[in-house]
Amino acid sequence: MQSLGIDVLFKGKNFIRLLGGLWVAVRISLISVAISIVLGLIVGVLMTSKNKVLKAIFRVYLEIVRIMPQMVLLFIVYFGTTRVFGWNLEAEVSAIFVFCFWGTAEMGDLVRGALLSIPKIQYESAMALGMNTTQVYAHVILPQTIRRLIPLSINLITRMIKTTSLVMMIGIVEVLKVAQQIIEANRRSSPNAAFGLFAVVFILYFLICWPISKLSVYMEKRWS
Amino acid sequence: MDLNVMISYLPLYKEALLLTMRIGWEGVLIAFVIGIVGSAIQHFKIPVLRQIMSVYTELFRNTPLLVQLFFIYFALPQIGIKVSPESCGVWGVGLLGGAYMAETFRSGLENIPKIQFESAESLGMNPLQVFRYVILPQAVTSSVPGLVANVIFLLKETSVFSTVSLMDLMFTAKDLIGMYAKTIECLTLLVIFYLIMLLPVSILGTVLERRLRYAEFGD
Amino acid sequence: MGETLVQIKNLHKEFGDKVILKNLDLDVQKGEVIVVIGPSGCGKSTLLRCLNGLEDIQGGEILVDGKPLDKKSKDISLMRQKIGMVFQSYDLFPHKTILENILLAPLKVQKRKRAEVEAEAVELLERVGLADRKNDYPRQLSGGQKQRIAIVRALVMHPEVLLLDEITAALDPEMVHEVLQVVLNLARSGSTMLIVTHEMAFAKAIADRILFLENGEIVEESRDPKKFFEKPETERAQQFLKSFEY
Repeated sequence: MQSLGIDVLFKGKNFIRLLGGLWVAVRISLISVAISIVLGLIVGVLMTSKNKVLKAIFRVYLEIVRIMPQMVLLFIVYFGTTRVFGWNLEAEVSAIFVFCFWGTAEMGDLVRGALLSIPKIQYESAMALGMNTTQVYAHVILPQTIRRLIPLSINLITRMIKTTSLVMMIGIVEVLKVAQQIIEANRRSSPNAAFGLFAVVFILYFLICWPISKLSVYMEKRWS
Repeated sequence: MDLNVMISYLPLYKEALLLTMRIGWEGVLIAFVIGIVGSAIQHFKIPVLRQIMSVYTELFRNTPLLVQLFFIYFALPQIGIKVSPESCGVWGVGLLGGAYMAETFRSGLENIPKIQFESAESLGMNPLQVFRYVILPQAVTSSVPGLVANVIFLLKETSVFSTVSLMDLMFTAKDLIGMYAKTIECLTLLVIFYLIMLLPVSILGTVLERRLRYAEFGD
Repeated sequence: MGETLVQIKNLHKEFGDKVILKNLDLDVQKGEVIVVIGPSGCGKSTLLRCLNGLEDIQGGEILVDGKPLDKKSKDISLMRQKIGMVFQSYDLFPHKTILENILLAPLKVQKRKRAEVEAEAVELLERVGLADRKNDYPRQLSGGQKQRIAIVRALVMHPEVLLLDEITAALDPEMVHEVLQVVLNLARSGSTMLIVTHEMAFAKAIADRILFLENGEIVEESRDPKKFFEKPETERAQQFLKSFEY
């Protein structure tokens, strides 16, 4: 019985390299989530507007995000823009762009849902107290909305992190790619390193995402 | 954009679409079965199986499909489990989806008022009858929005199949771009074919949700 | 007195450290209508739920036809068929039509023949004035109609005893009457019933026996409802009845 790749894992800087790859994935998702939250708040408020054109635009936008695989979007941005506009976007920039496009839609929809879930009487009683629209939102509506949103946006982080595994397809060296490289480099000395390395990648992803999703469930229970 | 080129690619994309859909839907079917069985296990609090089920759902919900596929396809053979690309795709989607479906059904079950269980029990039904005739139909109905979202999510996830050398839509597009550099045409076709695959599901799902919301649970 | 259908001996029930029912004894005779009244939290609903095996009990026993009722035993389904129950909240199955709601248990639990049960169901529906609604869904019915269906659903199982747990408490006032009328007719036709209610006039009209429950104990028991409502013997019952006056 061979060692199934555990020896390879601790050879040289392999493990550190793997963690470095994981950091690339996490970095991309954190940046994307941060941008998505900000844009999502704006888009979400706009989505509740009664303007028909605006509504139609957002509907198409949401539907695109709902049914187009992120991988297709990545390809379009990374390969397509080079062709059409002659841009030469860096892979990581393309990835962040796509994840923000996706995250903003998700976040916007969450914001819209949270805003609509606040009973009308809350708006009315705030206005009856003489508040203007800005005050109503600032003091009454947004604080309630944000409470509902925080667990959901934490959940979005884990989904982002999981989706970042796709970026290896446009040549970004993240954890899965690093694992592949290590396996390739050691093919001769340990031919079945694949088991150990992919198992470790599996566990690494789990160790990052699991606590975050637990946190989100916990907050949702506590705050709902 | 060169229309003739696109037309000449059509048969290849059609083949890829059929493969993607077949594997995707087979996976969805497995996911559905795992979801129902899994939620029943948790509902009846069956010891051991229940713990296995919750470890499984946590593991598969918190890791990317791509990593799961790599594990099934490249790692398992090392310990003697050989998996063909196709069954790797089917089981990848099935196992990932099973974890999501189980969660969706579970929350559907949790939303059913306790009085429904009690009134069914008070009519003399045994736990299996209560589940089969009273609880499950309601849980499925109230889970429909979640189920539709899961199906779309799973069919979208099939886009990673190319990594385990399945000739799906992504694979075909990438391959053609690599060979003939007709990037725009290939990407346009890619979008069109994913629309063909997913737009009907999305529309049908929305209609179904609306109809159910209207029909069910009047008070 | 006829035969004894249900015997409750020394029943003890608690939630955590809160005692709900304290060493309660009660016999239910065939054909008898017993009305249980008392302040909320006195344990009257819990008593009914115990009788249907919906609650664990911490002491004593419940005998139905001389056989012990045990929530965990294999025969609990058989025992429950002898005891019908209607709850406060409308508990019809929302995904089934009225007729399907009524037929489900006789067909699946009792394995009776469809034609026979359906004929009986229609007859019962006629008796409660809802025969024309048999293909509707519960959501299309008013609260009072739903409760009448729930009664039919219990009756079609041919229970020996019927438990009614505050069945009018969630209804709009104008619908209370139609439901109580059905129950009154059942009483006249000789059904054995155990009723928990807050409708005092109804209790007075229907009861063969009144039980006044407080803090999990039977404080007063009377076989003469008229007398009980005019002049209860215990002070606690007097206090309770006073709370219904304005």
